[in-house]
Parts: sequence; structure tokens; C-alpha cells
Amino acid sequence: MSQVIRSPKTYDVCIVGSGAGGGMAAKVLTEGGLNVVLLEAGPPLNPEKDFKMLMWPYELPHRGAGVGGHASENFGEFLAPNGAWIIDGEPYTSAPGANFQWFRSRIVGGRTNHWGRIALRFAPIDFTSGTRDGLGDDWPITYQDIAPYYDRVESYIGVFGTKENVSSAPDGIFLPPPKPRCTELLVKKACDKLNIICIPARLAVLTRSINGRAPCHYCGQCGRGCTTASNFSSSQVLLPPAMKTGRLTLITGAMARSVVVGKDGKAEGVSYVDKNTRTEKRVNARTVVLAASACESARLLLNSRSPAFPDGLANSSGTVGKYLTDSVGSDGWGHVPALEKMPPHNHDGVGGMHMYIPWWKFDRNNDFPRGYHIELYGGRDMPGVGMFDELCHDEEGYGATLKTRARQIYGTTIGFAGRGEMIPNPHTYCEIDPDVVDQWGIPVLRFHFRWSEYELRQAQDMQQTFRSIIEAMGGVYKTKTAIDGQYPFGILEGGKIIHEVGTARMGADPKTSVVNGYCQAHDVKNLFVADGAPLVTNPDKNPTLTIMALSWRASEYLLDEAKKGNI
Amino acid sequence: MTVGISRRDILKTLALSAVGGSVLQVIPAQAAEYAHQAVRKDKAAAPSGKYTPKYFTPHQYETLTSLCDSIIPKEEKSPGAIEAGAPEFIDLLTSENEHYQLKLGGGLYWLDGFCTDRYTGPYLTCTPEQRKSVLDLIAFRKNAKADPTLSQGVVFFAFVRNLTCDAFYTSKIGIADLQYIGNTALPEFPGCPTLPEA
Repeated sequence: MSQVIRSPKTYDVCIVGSGAGGGMAAKVLTEGGLNVVLLEAGPPLNPEKDFKMLMWPYELPHRGAGVGGHASENFGEFLAPNGAWIIDGEPYTSAPGANFQWFRSRIVGGRTNHWGRIALRFAPIDFTSGTRDGLGDDWPITYQDIAPYYDRVESYIGVFGTKENVSSAPDGIFLPPPKPRCTELLVKKACDKLNIICIPARLAVLTRSINGRAPCHYCGQCGRGCTTASNFSSSQVLLPPAMKTGRLTLITGAMARSVVVGKDGKAEGVSYVDKNTRTEKRVNARTVVLAASACESARLLLNSRSPAFPDGLANSSGTVGKYLTDSVGSDGWGHVPALEKMPPHNHDGVGGMHMYIPWWKFDRNNDFPRGYHIELYGGRDMPGVGMFDELCHDEEGYGATLKTRARQIYGTTIGFAGRGEMIPNPHTYCEIDPDVVDQWGIPVLRFHFRWSEYELRQAQDMQQTFRSIIEAMGGVYKTKTAIDGQYPFGILEGGKIIHEVGTARMGADPKTSVVNGYCQAHDVKNLFVADGAPLVTNPDKNPTLTIMALSWRASEYLLDEAKKGNI
Repeated sequence: MTVGISRRDILKTLALSAVGGSVLQVIPAQAAEYAHQAVRKDKAAAPSGKYTPKYFTPHQYETLTSLCDSIIPKEEKSPGAIEAGAPEFIDLLTSENEHYQLKLGGGLYWLDGFCTDRYTGPYLTCTPEQRKSVLDLIAFRKNAKADPTLSQGVVFFAFVRNLTCDAFYTSKIGIADLQYIGNTALPEFPGCPTLPEA
């Protein structure tokens, strides 16, 4: 690296990251008239080449198992170019006992290419939960502040669902939902018996054509990426309109190193490593928007150290990297004999559940704070690698008997994924590892992570609920969990649900937060954070919809401030 | 493909979408499927003639093939693991994974050693009755509890069983055997045909 190559141009805005938050900012800012440069650490996306929609397992030599059978560690080789828990040359570390798992997607569109498309609004009460139960803090904004942006995001990206008037799961602007699958009808019946609320799911999948995008063709493979863009991804739904303005410059293979700060303490641009030429480069911009993912943005801030900002940029509060949370995750499944009687039929549907269980015990005292929702899976899915591991383990043997049992058992399992709210705790945060850099020379993150009793009790409650639903269907609950050990009550490692947020949280007080209610850094007026980092709490609703709503709101504020000449 | 869209139109649309900016125009599902058919042909593995193992020795491969055949045999309803390409699949993965090489390569030696001690030679030289009695021992964990000298064989066989099922049920034959219906473009999702009785 002989010299830094500086781009002579100064853009209005430099956005780091092209996922949900960065893609939304790119769309709103370019349509608002600003010239935007977007840095993406991964390569470009080519849906036709990269997506494996409608392929059969036997069309790939590895049948979905991946080279050496390793793909199963990253959800299988059929998924959209989706990133990984481990990226060669770009490590992260965990403090002793932490074992945090960090999923990163280096590609245009980021994790939105493969995500579950579950698009749930936070509820009004989620913005004031600190006041409600004394744990953690309230948000500096209310549901009323964000609601108009939820409306706009849903209307633009397309979300199916139904109006249900459940206080923990606010209604939105919905397309009609797809019909329930057999498995889901059974769960619904069982839930009715148990007084558990079970309603149509809310997914960013088009059941009707909107904004020129074709409706879903029900192949059940959203996770593989959709060639017809019938589900939401940043790469196919947000970046194309931004491109169309002629004001978006997309630079791929650009691994951001730090935010460049001028003598006046304002951001001047971003320095990055061009992975293709392995050279150090820099772009200049009047405003910088970090949307690299919650932890990656925190890393960038912490690595942007200067005499004026010795602890990292926008970190006078010392809270960058703190308040890290992931969703509480515990899964379970059972065998439901009633399904053995079902004739063969198409069960694919959209790539995800058609029904789900929102948090339903909001009106009573529980032995843990906050709540969780339950996602449903199972039934006559396309066969794949690993589908009969449980059968092989449970029944063993070989030969015609095994084959007959596989036929009987196929499609008769129903599974649950509990996803709950974690309370931030002082033992859970990320910081710069003093000893380790990645292959680009950028200091890496070290994670500290600990579940508390709150989360463990929530996971215990999930397991009891899963069992009760399976048994109400006349089934046999199969998941076994221990009360201690590595996975008490089946609780997964921190990070495994890929809902990590909170590392540059918003707040009214600059002493205890990084950004204000508009995602603008307290310390640096022309610096914004538009991913999951500003989230004050991590309710049991998957964060992507809220990330987009906050990014849209922040981008409008940015446009307004730019017009006024304030930044 | 009779919806009046030519292959050229489809490829043009897809090429445009790849550049960015025009994915928002409607690409009919049939067109997408058509294009995928074309891509599939390029991506599909093209087995031709006799398979040459990448990792296993000819003797090991023959033994593995015999095990796959026993685990999921051809019967009146459908062909078995051999027809579904299980040995090829297992060999391919093993050639790429040192952990598999140890478990499966070592496991096959274990099996031959066990058979030689118990009978007169390697597994393949055993009579069908002898092979069956060996498999009946290593196919169940409870046998290893009764006789700990079997435990490595039980672990080995469980791994081969998982891989054989993976190969069979990801093959065209195995998917048909389960009567899976789907992986196709539909204008509407039909829902559940009849609600099963709980």
C-alpha cells in the first residue's frame, strides 16, 4: 500500500452497508436529491446466477450439503449468498465463556437476501418498557413517532397479514395473507383449546403485485433469494430505485476502516480497503451514514480514534458497543400422528410460516419480564439433507423397515421457534480486541455475552408451551432440553438468532446514549447510524422492519437538515 | 413454455436485472422458471459411465456401496440408495473433508478387522447371513452397551446411515418415494386439502 488513493469528488452522503438500513437510506436520500456513495464490503449480486430458486437438491453435486458437507453450518448451500458465522480472514473473538456467534453477510443487499422476511412492528409499550417494569430504559421516541414510517415501509415493500387488534403486535398496512397450511390449521386448533393467540403471519412477501413487482409464486424458497423479487430484499427492492435516480454510486468490495474526521470534529468521509486491488482508499462526503450492521458500525466507530475522539468517534458517553442484545431463541418440535393421514399435497406456500403466535401473555404476571413470539414450521417440505437425522437416531436399524418408517414420518413433524426479548445487561457488549486485526489490518471485535435468569426463564416457558401445543394436537413432543449445561432450556448461543442490536443506542441524554431520536450522533452532527445499533430495546419482534422505519425517518431528517444548511 | 415469451426476451430481461435498476419490472414466474431450467442444465452434474471414486480405494468403495444398499435397499415400491447415487455422494463429500476421511475410512477398516476376527475375512468376503449378523449388531446403540467393543462400529454405521439417507432423500428417486409435491410456480397457494383430525 504505497499511497492512499483519494477520490477527488465530495459526495453529499457516504453510506456504509447496503442491507436493510443502508438500502433504505440510499433510496430515500437519492430520491430526495442527494448524491450518495454506498460502500459495500462484499461483491455485487447477480440474482440469476446467485439464486438457486426452483432447483432440486440432485441438481447440485453436493445436494445442498456443500463442499465437504460444511454448508449445514451456514443453513445449507441453497440459501441466497448469505454470509457465514465465520469469514476467512475476518475473525472476531469472544471473551472467555462468552461464545458469541456473529453472522455477517458480505454482499450487495447484505442479510436481506436470505432473511426470514418476518416483518413485525414493535408495539407502543415496547418504547416505554423501562418505565413499565423498571428494567433498562425507555426510547426517546414513541410509537406515534415511528408509526407513519411503519406505514410507508409496509406499503412500499409489501407485507401480508391481517388486522387482529392484539396489543403486543400492532396491525399494519397488509396485503392479504396466504391460506394456512395443514400443519398451521392443527396448531391453530390446539392454540384455541389452550387460549393461545394464533394469527396469520406478517411476512414481506407479495401476495399481490405492487410497485411493479410480480406476486409470489409459492415455491416456498424465499430464503434462496427470489428471481422475480416477489419478496423483500434491499438488493432488489431498495437499490434499484436509488440507482434509477442516477445519484447513487455503489462501490463493492469496499471494506470500511474508519470514519475520517476533520479538525472541526465533523465527519469528512470514510477510509476503506478496496478488496479488489488491495489498496487503501477514501471517499469524501458531507455526511456519513453507518449502516454496516449493529456490531460492524460499533466497530467502525470504536476504530475511528483521533486526538479529539480518543475512545472512538461519537463515544463520549462510553456506550458504543454496550447494550448489545440478541433475541432469546429456543426451538422444539414434535411428531403429530394426525398428519400421517394427510394425502400428498403441495405444502410449499411462501418461504416461511403462514400463521404465527404473537406474544399472548401480556395481560398477566409471568416469572420473567417482557415476552416472546412463536414461529411455526414443519410438514411436507421439500426433502433435504438432514431431514431424517432424527429418525435415524431414534429408530436406528436399516433396510426396508427404515425406508417404510421414513415414508410414514415424512411431513408429520411440527416445529416451533420461540423468539423473545433479552434485557440488556452489563456483561454483554462488544469492544475492540487489543491484540487482533483482520486481514485488512482492521482491529476486530471481541464479544462479551451472558444470558441472565430472565432469559433462561423465558426459554423454559417456551419449552413448556411447545410441549403443551404438541400434546393438545395428540402428538409427542420430541425435543429434550436440560436445565443447565451449555443450552439450558434449549437457549441458543448469543448471536444465533441474528438479531444483534443496541450497540449505538439512541437516547435523549448524550451522557448515556450515542445517537438522538433521529439516529444522529450526539457528538458529531453529520454522522448517522441507520442499522440495528440505535435500538434501545430488542422486543420479541424481528428488528428488520423497525430498522427500515428508523432509517427512513432518519433519512428524511437528514434531508431536512441538509436543506436548512445545518449539516 | 407457451406464454408468448421467447427465450431471448427472458434472457434480455434477466441480463438487465443483473445490471441493477430494472428488477422492478414484472418477470412472470413462468419466465423465471424457464430461465432456471436453462441454468439447471449447465449446473447439473453430468454423471457419465462408471464412477471413479475420488477418495476411497476400490475395495473400500465396494464395501461402502454394499452398506448403502443394505441401509436403503431397492424394494417393490422404489429403487434404493445405489440407484440414488449414495456412494458417489458420500465419496465426494469425504474427498473434501478430513473429518469424514477419518470417520469413514477408519470405520471401513474397523469393519473389515471386526469381520476378519469374527469370521474369516473382510466384510465383502462374508456370506449374506454373516453380513446381516454384523449389521444387526452395529445398527443399534443398545448392542454397544452390552458389548463395548462394538461401540466404534455403531458410531461408524450411524454416520453412514445418516449420509445414505441424505443422499437417497435428496435424489429424484427418494423425493418421489416420499411423494413430495411442489418446487413449482403456482398462481395461488391452494391451502390444506382437508383438515386432519387431531
